[in-house]
Amino acid sequence: MTEQLHPEQPRMDYVDGNMLAGPLQEVFAVDLTTATGRCASCGQTGPVAALRVYSNAPGVVARCPSCTEVMLRLVRTPDSAWLDLRGSTFLQIPMPAESFTTPGPVAM
Amino acid sequence: MGIVSPGFQGRRRPAEPNLPPGQYLTEDFPVLSAGPTPRVSLTDWEFVLSTETGAESRWSWDEMWALPTETPTVDIHCVTHWSKLGTNWRGVSVDTLLDGVDTAADYALVHSYGGYTTNLPLDDLRDGQAWIVHQYDGADLPAEHGGPARLLVPHLYFWKSAKWVRGIRLGLTDEPGFWETAGYHDYGDPWREQRYQGD
Ligand SMILES: [Zn+2]
Repeated sequence: MTEQLHPEQPRMDYVDGNMLAGPLQEVFAVDLTTATGRCASCGQTGPVAALRVYSNAPGVVARCPSCTEVMLRLVRTPDSAWLDLRGSTFLQIPMPAESFTTPGPVAM
Repeated sequence: MGIVSPGFQGRRRPAEPNLPPGQYLTEDFPVLSAGPTPRVSLTDWEFVLSTETGAESRWSWDEMWALPTETPTVDIHCVTHWSKLGTNWRGVSVDTLLDGVDTAADYALVHSYGGYTTNLPLDDLRDGQAWIVHQYDGADLPAEHGGPARLLVPHLYFWKSAKWVRGIRLGLTDEPGFWETAGYHDYGDPWREQRYQGD
């Protein structure tokens, strides 16, 4: 028995990482889709918005566009959000230039 | 509207005793997927059952379907709230695969082509409760529903019925799988509505 039982046309079964804006904004105060992430599996580095997101599932699963390994998972339960980022080495999040007041010398 | 005359049953469904709490009935078969659909040629396909000692039993596609098959008709319940009643499958009972396997394991970790995993007590795979199925409704199981073969454990939420099943690893300790490490319940009994950890 050598024939492929299920020859099927390749199908877009995922959407791009921009879909993560809403679900992640619920957890974080910033829009993380503009962050840059590094895939822990293959080292590919790119914007979160470029991930492949499978959301027709019990949770949201974002995969590396290069190697398809899982980089981020987010499950929303009635009273919490479960975020798994072990597939991402880092998320580099654009922030406004740091403006803090240098503490002056401590008065003695 | 919201006004119901006493005694008026209208189009309300009769209470469905086969529907667990929080579930609604669906006639179609929703496709849920956490990743790309793996493509496994039947010549490369194999199923591996390993025990806590590392002993392995392997079946090729042809060897698997030379085993006696059963045709369970079962209700399935997805944690995303849909249930489908009276689904028809053909497959090999996991009892048949476990027959003659020497193990003291209490737990099973099911793994799939594509990397998916799910865990359950070994007892829940025994006694006619679980099958490796390759046909649905009299036809080859479509890839989007887990073909060429998937696990079928209908008494637990359907995420336990791993699509594209590749093997079962038996162990002495419980090792949580893909959804079980992300907030979902370790056991997942739909009748006790065990959707999330703590339920
Ligand atoms: Zn990668």
